[in-house]
Amino acid sequence: MTTNKSFATSLWDFFCSLKLSIFLLIALAVTSIIGTVIPQGPPPPEYLQTISETKFLVYQKLGFFDMYHSWWFIALLYLLTLNLIACSIKRLPRVWKIISEPTLVMDSGLERSLTCTRQFKMAGDAATNRDRMVAFLKAEFTEPVVTETDGEFHLFAQKGAYSRFGVYVVHSSIIIIFIGAILGSLFGYKAFVSIVEGTGTSTAYNTRTEQPIDLGFTIKCEDFSVSYYDTGAPKEFKSILTIIDNGKPVIERRPTIVNSPLSYKGITFYQSSYGPAGDPIFYLSVRKRAGGEPVKITARQGERVSLPTGGFVRVMDYAPEVRSAMPQFSGPAARLEIVPPAGAPQYALVLKDYPDFDAQRGGDLIFAYEGVDEKQYTGLQVAKDPGVLVVWTGCTLMVVGIFIAFFLSHRRIWIRVSKGEVTIGGTANRNQPAFQLRFDALADKLKQQ
Amino acid sequence: MSSSLLFNITTFAYLISMVVFFAFLASKNKAVGLAGSLTAFAGFAIQTVAILLRWKESYDMGRGHAPLSNLYESVVFFAWTIVLIFGILDIKYKYRVIGAFVVPFALLGMAWAQLGLDSGIQPLVPALQSNWLLYHVITCFLGYAAFAVACGISIMYLIKVRQEESEGTSPAGGIIATFPSSKILDDLNYKAIMVGFPLLTIGIITGAAWANYAWGTYWSWDPKETWSLIVWFVYAAFLHARITRGWVGKKAAVLSIVGFASTIFCYLGVNLFLSGLHSYGGGG
Repeated sequence: MTTNKSFATSLWDFFCSLKLSIFLLIALAVTSIIGTVIPQGPPPPEYLQTISETKFLVYQKLGFFDMYHSWWFIALLYLLTLNLIACSIKRLPRVWKIISEPTLVMDSGLERSLTCTRQFKMAGDAATNRDRMVAFLKAEFTEPVVTETDGEFHLFAQKGAYSRFGVYVVHSSIIIIFIGAILGSLFGYKAFVSIVEGTGTSTAYNTRTEQPIDLGFTIKCEDFSVSYYDTGAPKEFKSILTIIDNGKPVIERRPTIVNSPLSYKGITFYQSSYGPAGDPIFYLSVRKRAGGEPVKITARQGERVSLPTGGFVRVMDYAPEVRSAMPQFSGPAARLEIVPPAGAPQYALVLKDYPDFDAQRGGDLIFAYEGVDEKQYTGLQVAKDPGVLVVWTGCTLMVVGIFIAFFLSHRRIWIRVSKGEVTIGGTANRNQPAFQLRFDALADKLKQQ
Repeated sequence: MSSSLLFNITTFAYLISMVVFFAFLASKNKAVGLAGSLTAFAGFAIQTVAILLRWKESYDMGRGHAPLSNLYESVVFFAWTIVLIFGILDIKYKYRVIGAFVVPFALLGMAWAQLGLDSGIQPLVPALQSNWLLYHVITCFLGYAAFAVACGISIMYLIKVRQEESEGTSPAGGIIATFPSSKILDDLNYKAIMVGFPLLTIGIITGAAWANYAWGTYWSWDPKETWSLIVWFVYAAFLHARITRGWVGKKAAVLSIVGFASTIFCYLGVNLFLSGLHSYGGGG
């Protein structure tokens, strides 16, 4: 029975110990490195080639390919949580006692333990001096509690007592963040939709499991566009989205860009990717150098289109912005292959914003690029996370708690009034040097009383 | 007057400040120490103007954004925050000699930025077009800078403790004697981390808030995120070590240096050696 009890006690002490906290924090720091070096998720074949088969099997056994969800990493987090709770259970009652049952009387033992003490001679009887001291503390610090023992009066005043709870606010904030994260993983999801311009969908696909998820409403992409800086770098990816719920459009033509998502019924859509959907259709025109009206041509990529003068033309490739390749020009461009009825094929570059550009090629036919009709799809990240508010609550509490714990202190002042003599003592639970300065100023003022 | 000229003057000012601080170490002349601080502050003032000017220049180019968007700009800002935190400590506690161990970090940053990095003003990619950029970067870097200062102080602490321990067997070293006592250094180290830790915490939270706003995930174990958490763990361990018997003093100083090494890896190493979402380090 005794061994049992001592085992329970030592287990309890183990979970309460600060050394365990330090060990866990360092262990989490060190093990977290693994997942930043080994790629997470299903390992790509290029990576597998760089490691031996035994290494792969060991990594897989240890869960290194998804290490932040591996049993041992989660176990470390649980241990930290247990450690937090145990430490708090052990220390909270003591802190509560300091606050709720303060030491009201500064006896000689307490006086000796204080770093800040001063003594003054003060004329007048103790009761008058007591009243003066009470008024003094009330004016300069805060209202004191008065205790009388053996003809002496003891005054006690404290400020910032609750700052002692700051550290427990931080500890509970961590647990709240964990709860938020667990809520999110149980009741939320991350998914993906690809929507071709002009169409809609009510099904998203879970990013992890690739299972379909019914959104419960329809999201439609009216239009997708990319705009560019003058350097040719992309400036904005924009989807114009409409949400249709129960046959009625509830959100109409809402522009959605990166860093400005669209939310509806707790589900949020984030601009994430885009790409071509189906073959683009090109609009060209051709005229004879000798003169005459231009003829319009419509072509799909790679399609041979006959020319009025015989032979054919083919669009080889195209770019929405030519600037990065040709800094002195801008706008869309296409490359054409022109195969005359006889002779070698010719190649032409046509620029939409410079309709006469092809004239300098010197061919008999002059081509112009009038544009492309290219259907695109927009890729949207879909997220539902009911735990997110809990997480933000935890984060806010953490910051508030850290500020309380670091920058506020519990300051206590005692004054003992005996016959012809006044003794003042004080202490702060942190930032003692700053308290010392304030205490000295307070004592100097008291001296002048 | 262009921002790049002013940045060159800043670099030069930090170089002079460092040399003067070294002279202060050797001479123990108080006037020299004051000159070291004043030179650093002059450099800081010029750098502040330069950063604001670069901000304005980006608007003149039609690419307007805060100068915090690529490796060059972040290194410059890092140097600025280091001198800022040093200045606050210097004015508040007047231990000049710390400058000799902290200003070199700022100089190193400025010299690297001016000599080795592409200083062109690039337009902001869509992913960075958010006000969160400002809050996230400023809080993170102020935190990093406080850790840099703490690291400098911890190095001083370890040197000082060695000297204090061997005192008696060897005569008191001339330079080391000018250091504040190990007790004061230990306290300053703690104070610097007490400033850095809340800032890093806010930096991580604003980063998570931004990630959630931009991608719908507040935490995705991206290498940068993970490393910032590793840094947080190390300093959390430091804070707990301070109140544990047997972990005060030397072990705490070592933890502070390890913490700053992880900070630097989080800031630069992740971009240079690992892949992820914070791609600015790829080549500037």
